[in-house]
Amino acid sequence: MNLKGKKVTVHDMCLRDGMHPKQHQISVEQMVTIASAMDEAGIPLIEVTHGDGLGGASVNYGFPAASDEEYLKAVCKAVKHTKVSALLLPGIGTIDHLKMAVDCGTIRVATHCTEADVSEQHLTMAASIKGLDTVGFLMMAHMIGPEELVAQLKLMEDYGANCVYITDSAGYMLPDDVSARVALARAELRPETELGFHGHHNLAMGIANSLAAVEAGANRIDGSLAGLGAGAGNTPLEVFLAVCDRMGVETGVDLFKAMDIAEDLIVPMMDHLVRVDRDSLTLGWAGVYSSFLLFAKRSAQKYGLSSRDILVELGRRRTVGGQEDMIEDLALDMAKERGAA
Amino acid sequence: MSKKVKAAIIGPGNIGTDLLMKAMRSEVIEPVWMVGVVPDSPGLERAREMGLKTTAEGVDGMLPSMREDGVQICFDATSAYVHAENSRKVNAQGAVMIDLTPAAIGPFCVPTVNLAEAVAAQAMNVNMVTCGGQATIPMVAAVSRVQPVSYAEIVATVSSKSAGPGTRKNIDEFTRTTATGIEKVGGAASGKAIIIINPAEPPLIMRDTIHCLTVDEPDQDAIARSVQEMIREVQQYVPGYILKNGPVFDGKRVSIYMEVEGLGDFLPKYAGNLDIMTAAALRTGEMYATEILAGNFSPVAA
Repeated sequence: MNLKGKKVTVHDMCLRDGMHPKQHQISVEQMVTIASAMDEAGIPLIEVTHGDGLGGASVNYGFPAASDEEYLKAVCKAVKHTKVSALLLPGIGTIDHLKMAVDCGTIRVATHCTEADVSEQHLTMAASIKGLDTVGFLMMAHMIGPEELVAQLKLMEDYGANCVYITDSAGYMLPDDVSARVALARAELRPETELGFHGHHNLAMGIANSLAAVEAGANRIDGSLAGLGAGAGNTPLEVFLAVCDRMGVETGVDLFKAMDIAEDLIVPMMDHLVRVDRDSLTLGWAGVYSSFLLFAKRSAQKYGLSSRDILVELGRRRTVGGQEDMIEDLALDMAKERGAA
Repeated sequence: MSKKVKAAIIGPGNIGTDLLMKAMRSEVIEPVWMVGVVPDSPGLERAREMGLKTTAEGVDGMLPSMREDGVQICFDATSAYVHAENSRKVNAQGAVMIDLTPAAIGPFCVPTVNLAEAVAAQAMNVNMVTCGGQATIPMVAAVSRVQPVSYAEIVATVSSKSAGPGTRKNIDEFTRTTATGIEKVGGAASGKAIIIINPAEPPLIMRDTIHCLTVDEPDQDAIARSVQEMIREVQQYVPGYILKNGPVFDGKRVSIYMEVEGLGDFLPKYAGNLDIMTAAALRTGEMYATEILAGNFSPVAA
C-alpha cells in the first residue's frame, strides 16, 4: 500500500465518543486539560459533547457531569489552533441545540445509514451559516451495501454537507468493506466534498480500516488517543499517527506529544481498560452499536444473564444506534424465558 | 343507534384513509366528505367508492355545501403548514376541528387523560399531539396521578416504513411537541422525547419506553395498578397497546416498556404509531359526537 504524500486531517473523539466508557462523567476541567494538550500537539480537530451528541443528556443514555454548553464553551476558550466539533443526532437533539453550538466551528449531523433524510433541516441550517464546517455522518454503515450507502451520502451532500462520513459504529467492517464503500463514494460525490471514516476497534481493525479508507480516497480520519471511545474504543489515534508517519502520510500532528497525552492523561482517566475483550469483540463480530456495551453489561449483571448473549440477540434483531432502551427490555424478556424454561 | 354526527376528513393519504376505515364502523360518526388536492389520487377514489362526497379543490371545495351536508366534525390529516387555514375555514362553518398534524394551534388531547376536559371546554380545535405522545403520555399520566413526577422521558422507536416524509422533514417538531405534551398533559414537571427510526425488515412494531423520575420514592403497588388501569383504557381504542415489561423500579426511576400494534385497517399492523393517531382522533371525534347528540354541545362558528 503506497500512501506516501497523502494529507489526512485527524479528528480526535476522546471528549465525545470517549464519554461512553466514562458514562459521560468527564469533568469540564479534565476536558480543558486534554483539549489544551491536544492543541499543543497540533491535533487539528476534536469533538466535544455528550457521547450521544448534543441533547444526549437523558435517563436513556445517561446524564453527563456538565451540560454540552458548559463543555463547549470551556474547551473552545482553551484551544488556540485546534478546531472543535459538536455532534448532533436528529431525534435526540434538535436544531436549538445546534444553534447553541455553531460557534465552535464544525457541526456533524449523524443518522442511521438508511435515514439520511431526517438530517435535512439540520444540515441545511448548518450549511447556511457562512464558514461553518458542515459534516454529514452515516452510522452503522456496515448494514447496507456501497450503492445504497452512497445514495444516502449524496442526500447529505445535497443538503449542504461539505464533508460526509462513513461510520463503522459497530466496528464490524473489514478493510475490503471500507475500501468498497469509500472508493464508490469518492467516485460519485462531488470532487470538492471531503470524505471521512470513523472506525471502532472491536475487531482490532481500526488502523487497517482507516488506512484502507485513506487509500480509497478518504481525507478525514476519526480516532481517539488511547482509543478512548465506545466498545473497544475508536481507532487508537497515536497508533494511527505513528503508522502514518512510517508511511509518509502527512497529518501535521506531533507524534510524541500525542503518545504522551494517551499515556499520561487518557489512560489514567479510564474507569476500565478500553480494549478488545469478550463483550467488545462480540459487538464487532455481531455488528452491534458500540455504545451498547456498558448497558448490556449492567443488564446482564442485574438480571443474571450473559452480556454476550444479550449483544448477540441485539445484533440478530438489527437494532440501530440509540436503541439503548431495548437492552433492559430484552434482558427482562430473556430472564423471563429462562425462568420459564 | 340511528342518529350519527356527520364528519369530513381532510387529507386522503394513508392516515386519512385509515381514519376513514375506522370511522365507517363508528356508531356515532358518519363520514360524508373526503377532501384532497390531487384529482386522481387513489385516496379520493377509494372514498368515492365508499360513498363519500369528494373534492380535489382542498377545503374550499367542500365549504359551500358543508353546512347543508350537516358536517359538524372535521379531521385534518394534511400538514402543519395548511392546518391553521383549514381550521379557520371549517370553524367558520360551525364544525369542530380535530387536528392530526403537528400544528398544535388548539389544546393537546390524549383521550384517556384529558379528552373529557377538552370536550367540556367545548374547544373548537383540538390537537392530537404526536404518535409518540399518544403512545406514551397515558403512561406518564398513570405515574403522575399517583405521585409527583419531576422528569419524564420517552423513547419511541418506529419502523422506517412508517415514518412519512412529513415526520422526516421536521423530526424536531416531533421531539419538541411530544416533550411539551409530556409536561402539559402527562403531568411531568419536565419532559424529553427521543425518536429512533429503525429500517429492519420485516418492519418492527412500534416500541415505546417511558422513564419517569418520581420526586419521592415510588409507591410501587399503586403505580403498577395505575399503569394496568390506564393500559386497559387505551386498549378500548387500540387493542394492540401492550405492556412488554415493567414497570421496573430502580430508585426513583420507573420504566415502562410498551409495544403498539395497529389494527391493520389500511395501514400495516406494525405501524402502531400511525394507528394510535387515527384511533385517538376518532375517539376524540366520537366523544364530541356523543356530546352533540346528547344536546350538551352545539358547535358554532368561531
